[in-house]
Amino acid sequence: MSEYAGHLSYGTHGAYGVCGRRPGPARPVLLCVHGAAAVLACGSLGVTLWHGIDDRGTALAFGVLVAVGELARWSGEREAAPLGAAAALAYALLGESAGRAAQHGVAQTVAVVTAASLLGSVPHIALGHGRACDHLARRVLTVGFAALCFQPLHDDVPLAATRPGPYCAVLAMALLAVTVLCDAVLAAALARARTRWPFGPLLRDELRATRGIGSVVCASGAVMSLAVGVVGLWALPVFSLPLLLTQLSFRRYAAVRATYRQTIASLARATEIAGCTPAGHAHRVAALSRAVGRELGLTEPELTVLEYAALMHDIGQLSLLDPVPSGATASLDAEQQRRIALLGGAVVRQTGVDAEVAVVVERQADPYREQPVSARIVRVVNAYEEMTRDAGPGGPLAALEKLRLATARDYQPEVVESLARVLAHGGATDGYGPNARSEAGHGWVTHG
Amino acid sequence: MRSVPPWARVYVACVVVGALLCCVRLPDVYVSWDVVALLAALYAGGEGLRRRRPAGRDAVGHRVTGHRVAEGLGTFFPVLLAGAFLLPPPAAALLPLPGALLARVERRPRRLRRVWRTAQLAVGVWAASSAHGALGGPQAVVAHDFPYALLPAGAGVLAFCAALTVLDGGILATAERVPVRVAWRGLFLRSLAPVAVHGLAGLMMAVLWRSPYGPVAAFLVLLPMYVSCWVFAQYHRERAAHQATIRALVQAVDIKDGYTRGHSERVGQASVMIARELGMDDEQVEVLRFAGILHDVGKLGVPTRLLRKDGPLTPQERRIIELHPEYGHEMVRGIGFLGEARSAILHHHERLDGTGYPYGLAGSQIPEPARVVAVADAFDAMTSTRCYSRARPVATAVEELERCAGAQFDPRMVNALIRALDHHGWHPAVTADTPEGAGAGPVPKVGAETGG
Repeated sequence: MSEYAGHLSYGTHGAYGVCGRRPGPARPVLLCVHGAAAVLACGSLGVTLWHGIDDRGTALAFGVLVAVGELARWSGEREAAPLGAAAALAYALLGESAGRAAQHGVAQTVAVVTAASLLGSVPHIALGHGRACDHLARRVLTVGFAALCFQPLHDDVPLAATRPGPYCAVLAMALLAVTVLCDAVLAAALARARTRWPFGPLLRDELRATRGIGSVVCASGAVMSLAVGVVGLWALPVFSLPLLLTQLSFRRYAAVRATYRQTIASLARATEIAGCTPAGHAHRVAALSRAVGRELGLTEPELTVLEYAALMHDIGQLSLLDPVPSGATASLDAEQQRRIALLGGAVVRQTGVDAEVAVVVERQADPYREQPVSARIVRVVNAYEEMTRDAGPGGPLAALEKLRLATARDYQPEVVESLARVLAHGGATDGYGPNARSEAGHGWVTHG
Repeated sequence: MRSVPPWARVYVACVVVGALLCCVRLPDVYVSWDVVALLAALYAGGEGLRRRRPAGRDAVGHRVTGHRVAEGLGTFFPVLLAGAFLLPPPAAALLPLPGALLARVERRPRRLRRVWRTAQLAVGVWAASSAHGALGGPQAVVAHDFPYALLPAGAGVLAFCAALTVLDGGILATAERVPVRVAWRGLFLRSLAPVAVHGLAGLMMAVLWRSPYGPVAAFLVLLPMYVSCWVFAQYHRERAAHQATIRALVQAVDIKDGYTRGHSERVGQASVMIARELGMDDEQVEVLRFAGILHDVGKLGVPTRLLRKDGPLTPQERRIIELHPEYGHEMVRGIGFLGEARSAILHHHERLDGTGYPYGLAGSQIPEPARVVAVADAFDAMTSTRCYSRARPVATAVEELERCAGAQFDPRMVNALIRALDHHGWHPAVTADTPEGAGAGPVPKVGAETGG
């Protein structure tokens, strides 16, 4: 989901509605998940309203915490509201409060969390940030799952009857770990349904993210539920502050990454300003490369390297004596192309960007069998972009044909076919490739 | 590396003696040694984990950012504070021993720094534990007596922070030769907020430790703290990389323009001095630094032949060069954090009387950041050597600025710069001057080849 995150910085995140990204065929997975969440939420709310709320103080405290966490959510990161998520899971796992057994059942848990999350989302929805539906559906389903799993353990195994011991902590942690893993699968499935990107890399990205913020949510949820069991509701404010600190570090990290990305994008514009390449070329190559990389199943870090390399692939031209006519490097002879690539790699190394990026830039003009996969993608996409630039309506097909004819040495056939698929997808809907790719493209272009 | 002043050695020895005195009453108290061993191991393990971070990038970060990242505020203050809340003072003072003695120390003299750090932490933890105990903290922790338990914990945090601050100021005064007057300035308030948050986590740990759930639950408290520190380190790495990138970018400009190296960075520094003098808040100051650094970035789009031309420019050539603020603005338009300061790049060649370029704005129409950067730019242009002129002394440059104030420059900015120069002098430190600084290699090619 950080795919959306990365491009938020280009100022397009307000362009989509709260729920569906754009009209299209309703996808069964999406319907299933949203339907299940809606049924669970409505059912729980109904049952709770019918029976009334037990333990009002506790419910209120956790509700406030969930709502505050939701308010403090920043749009675009993977687990956007770690405080809210941890509080919700802690409420699901709450066996006792200050030594008294807790009374709330599964229905009340889900109802309180749903209500609080909705309340906390109101400002975000009002400002048009983000896509609250998926987020809420995941929240409701995971909390319901955790509460359902915990309830029988709590009632049948005499946890509450006998003295609680260390195994409770281990149990809570394990249960939450399972919940967070399920949540990752759910998130990947939702992302897959929305974007049609391959499921495997999406799941891998979700799981990788779980190591960081997921473990924070797990541990915090467990600590909160245990601590409330021991000292009562005072544990919530005491532990929320350290958790807010964690949330703050994540946010600052995300912010600095976004800034870095913007700086690199600006650096890429140096060639355009200097008249070496046409306006927006680097950005279009970056957006399309990312789309192809995603289609080929690259992971998030690889995609970042790919994107940076694509942005800076022409930077070597700054070092040329005479600018290449309209920056069309693909039509130069191989030796010249390689020289520009090497100069570009040297400049990239100088800028302190990840050395992998420099390697991709350096190798972009080599025959594809000697290239890393990112360089293959950049080469194909760059050639395609240059060929279609002024070619008119028939251009894309002719360009793809030319690329296919050169697959013996210069362009990898698989990458060319992937590009064709991305373009076919995009041709059916809008601009480049599905969704975020076009989002990226538009984002770039708005600044171009 | 500088030699360590003898007074610093004496001072460290005194602190070590103090730390030993803290532990002297150890035989008199009842100590649960398993708790001590577990917490000390946890702290040492945390320090070990910290050590596994890629050292190279960190070191670069330090050099590049120019100021030391607060290394001391590591992951595992919560462990030390939890120990202070759980154990009697003499035993708590033992906790930092293995961790701090094994910790990675980057700068020499390593042994002295390790000993110093260990002794300092031992005294700090002892102080925290004593303050906590004096207010009846241990009983409150065992009885889960909330909110009363917050009071002794708060006292413990204050004592910990105060002890560390006092000792830190001492070492700054003796070893780094910081004037005694300023050695303590701001130390306490800067560290109080993070230590307080760590203190809350420590309190949570202590309470859970004494609860039926035992140490296992207490360990869980550390996980978010650890992840948070890890992310914080990532943040610093990324920030350093970002700054290095910007620096490389402007060095390309400096070289292309035939300036002495580091002109852009010095303009950034002078802008910061003016902004501080005008009382801007830290965030604005930082943004102005970048705006100053990037002010001439648009020159990347101007042919080097024109920038380096000897002799008079034709009007057409001049018009091309005068496009650079617009080019620069076009380039940085996508950099969100610059915000208002982007106008500094567009308008730094405007003059107060309205005869500047690109838009010929006058007086208060010129955005404030642009007026700051204009003064800083002119000042550094005068005080540094160019291919066409020798550097002038600071006093002459100031006179010249004063002469032009009102017509070309905003007198407010000129006066602010003069005041700042009076207070702090002009000691431009530029990373590009260091031999290993970025910019020695291929970037010159950008200028050289295009220059033809």
